[in-house]
Amino acid sequence: MTKELIKGNEAVVKAAILAGCRSFYGYPITPASEITEAAARYFPLAGGTFLQAESEIASINMVYGAAAAGERTMTASSGPGISLMQEGISYLAGSELPCVIVDITRGGPGLGNIAPEQSDYHQVVKGGGHGNYRTIVLAPNSVQEMCDLTFLAFDLADKYRNPAIVMTDGFIGQMMEPVEFPTTSVEAPARPWAVLGNAETRNNLITSIYMSPDELEAHQRHLEAKYARANRGEELFEAYRTDDAEVITIGYGIVSRILKTAVDQAREMGIKAGLFRPITLWPFPDRQIDIIADWTKSFMVVELSNGQMVDDVRLAVNGRRPVNFYSRGGGNVPTVDELLGQLIKVSEDSYVRENISESEELFWGV
Amino acid sequence: MNNEIKNREDRGRVEVSAEECKGCGLCIEACPPHVLELSERLNGHGYHPAAYLGSGCTGCGICFYTCPEPGALTVFTLQAT
Amino acid sequence: MYVKTYQRAKSFFGEFERKPGDHLTTHYCPGCGHGNLHKYIAEAIDDLGLQDRTIFVNPVGCSVFAYYYMDVGNIQVPHGRAPAAATAIKRAHPDSLVISYQGDGDLAAIGGNEILHAANRGENITVFFINNAIYGMTGGQMAPTTLLGQKTITSPFGRATEREGFPLRVSELLATLEGPTYIERVGLFDNKSRMKARKAVRKALRNQVEGRGFSLVEILSPCPTGWGLTPTESCEWMQEKMVKQFPLGVIKDESASREGWNRYRQVVPAEKLPEILDLTKESTEQFTPTDVPGCYRNPSIKIAGFGGQGLLFLGKLLAEAGMRHAYNVSWIPSYGPEMRGGTANCQVNISTEPIGSPLVSRPSVLIALNRPSLDKFEPEVASGGLIIYDSSLIDRAPERGDVEVIALPATKLADEAGSARAANMVALGAYLGRTNLLDQTGVFKILEKMTKSEDQMAINRRAFDAGARFAMF
Repeated sequence: MTKELIKGNEAVVKAAILAGCRSFYGYPITPASEITEAAARYFPLAGGTFLQAESEIASINMVYGAAAAGERTMTASSGPGISLMQEGISYLAGSELPCVIVDITRGGPGLGNIAPEQSDYHQVVKGGGHGNYRTIVLAPNSVQEMCDLTFLAFDLADKYRNPAIVMTDGFIGQMMEPVEFPTTSVEAPARPWAVLGNAETRNNLITSIYMSPDELEAHQRHLEAKYARANRGEELFEAYRTDDAEVITIGYGIVSRILKTAVDQAREMGIKAGLFRPITLWPFPDRQIDIIADWTKSFMVVELSNGQMVDDVRLAVNGRRPVNFYSRGGGNVPTVDELLGQLIKVSEDSYVRENISESEELFWGV
Repeated sequence: MNNEIKNREDRGRVEVSAEECKGCGLCIEACPPHVLELSERLNGHGYHPAAYLGSGCTGCGICFYTCPEPGALTVFTLQAT
Repeated sequence: MYVKTYQRAKSFFGEFERKPGDHLTTHYCPGCGHGNLHKYIAEAIDDLGLQDRTIFVNPVGCSVFAYYYMDVGNIQVPHGRAPAAATAIKRAHPDSLVISYQGDGDLAAIGGNEILHAANRGENITVFFINNAIYGMTGGQMAPTTLLGQKTITSPFGRATEREGFPLRVSELLATLEGPTYIERVGLFDNKSRMKARKAVRKALRNQVEGRGFSLVEILSPCPTGWGLTPTESCEWMQEKMVKQFPLGVIKDESASREGWNRYRQVVPAEKLPEILDLTKESTEQFTPTDVPGCYRNPSIKIAGFGGQGLLFLGKLLAEAGMRHAYNVSWIPSYGPEMRGGTANCQVNISTEPIGSPLVSRPSVLIALNRPSLDKFEPEVASGGLIIYDSSLIDRAPERGDVEVIALPATKLADEAGSARAANMVALGAYLGRTNLLDQTGVFKILEKMTKSEDQMAINRRAFDAGARFAMF
């Protein structure tokens, strides 16, 4: 099989087109612009629509329109743009419209900078928009996964009639790695609920307004049931050398790549280290973390944000083991040596602290 | 009035669906031959619906385009058989 | 015999079953203009025979529930965003009849940007803009179109220019753009104005069907409840006050001279996609891995210098060649804080093992093409690593005693080979000449594909050779 050396941001576009996506509405922003640029080139050639919108607000509402009109559609942005899209994401979830949104996270708050961070976790995973809803969130850590998880995102979006977000950091977006693309494309599944401008779908209605409290509550219950289904079966994770690990590191995106090397080096030093990588950030693989909490002595969560995912880890661990946290920000990315150092520290600590109570949990790091 | 015209059959006829009328009165103002009025009686919504006086309609359709409700007014016109 | 001549349009539902409560009447207040406009639109859809193909975009405002009444495809959208959604709907289904129906808060305030750009793109859609100078649904607050002196709940002293600015003339504003085809302002206050409104609605819809581009009809419409007037008084107020601020008539009309504004997509068979996506290009040729001395295997490479020295290109070439020698590879460009100061770098891994961290924090190879790069990255180089630096530009030698150093006059050798800009190729020659990491023939084949002209390739070859000769033991 042919491999292509390609940027993460470009892999997303090719994967999307192979996944049957035929429209892209976006607004440029560093470090996600290559997605929009590649979309501008490939979507029209593939018989689709590319449109550079006037804003991220317009982009997401174009996505809303395209999804309501029954096609696989997508947009891409970075933190500040995703913030602007939150209104639309809430409406998409409320109206049960499938779409894919790619977030190549940069530094914040405010204008921040264009360097890689993971500080969009809260606004993407917890839903930055109003109302009771969830988004499916996939977190690739390689260019191959930028392809594979984009593909998967379209399927999950359709399966649950809900927005799916591919969220990663600037490094994974900017990086080039060999990718094996699927050799055949798929056609988007039929959407009998969409409004296609024909007799069959004339009576279809796409809306998120339910004026009666009872009706809205019923709608919310329906959404909740759907989310519960996703939460029991769509979780993806990678467990690396966790079977006998006494210290399990947890990270996603670029951090998981650095952690993997640090874990290998720690093992060479005799430290029983492992890596647990959530691939889906929602649904969060909390049951798997609960299981490994049975034997590991402590956890070490590393993020390029000031403690966002760590909350979910703590909920999963539920106080049974110490959850240590280390973070870098502003676009700084920890080196392997840096994380190895933290790993050593945690491993030394965990021997004396293995029975420590939740309240005495140690916080350290930057 | 010329007897000949008076005896001729009206060119049109208006039917008011009283339960669909909100009694806004716009059709009454708009009707060129002034053959509509607000009824004395109340409909189920508590409005005085419009009513056709029973003769004099020209079938122009102006009341229909003045009425904001989709089906409150129906205008018939006389066609040669 | 009497026949029904003016009757409920077929594009209305017979009964409004989507509406809670009574299914006979609309939810609009007595005398509200929305009903009239709905009626004209429904009638026009009937007459065009396009009920099945119509997609009605429901805004936020009193007309959010237009789908209670319109028996066509319905999509309800966020406040002000109807033109954006309509854009995508129309592009997905160019043969549909897409109607964006918006009030003055929706279109002129919160959705100002969306309408401006949809108009400017000349989207082949039809926009109906209900202007009643007030926010009806939310209970009578000020709109961008509220008249000077008009009292609303949020302009309780009357709209004043010093506080609230001027009533916005959207149609005139949009008519200054080249994009729109047809813009007309009509009213709903007397028989004549209503018939003109009906005519304008029909024209705006017909324009879309005929592919003539963006049409917008602004409808001055009574809001008796919001204005605190009877329906009859409302009509008088419109005639006396509103029309002065918002003159009626055609504001722009290029309908006759425009056609072909529908954006049809190209039909592309699925089997063509891999080719279109450049997935079938000749990147398949694999090369035999060379015999690499142990100390040079599985390098983590940092290449740094000024932007424009071809560092990123050199890195990509190494990564591509590595991949085609069956290695695992990764390439990351300088990005983020490191971009400051006009220097650029990239990080390349070429390994027989799966690549964990693609970030090169302890390079085993540093190729430094300017002084700041050497200063910055020399301390990072792993013990026993290799530093290749451009001795024609860098006025100091590395201080490290535990690394192998090649003082390569890269820019000078490149200049002699035909172009000082080929210093990256000299560095490549030196690196591969010393380490035998990759097959030279293979690298040249890839380089040929990445190089624009034969002349440039000749220079690249000479530069590469000069570097290789210099660095070979």
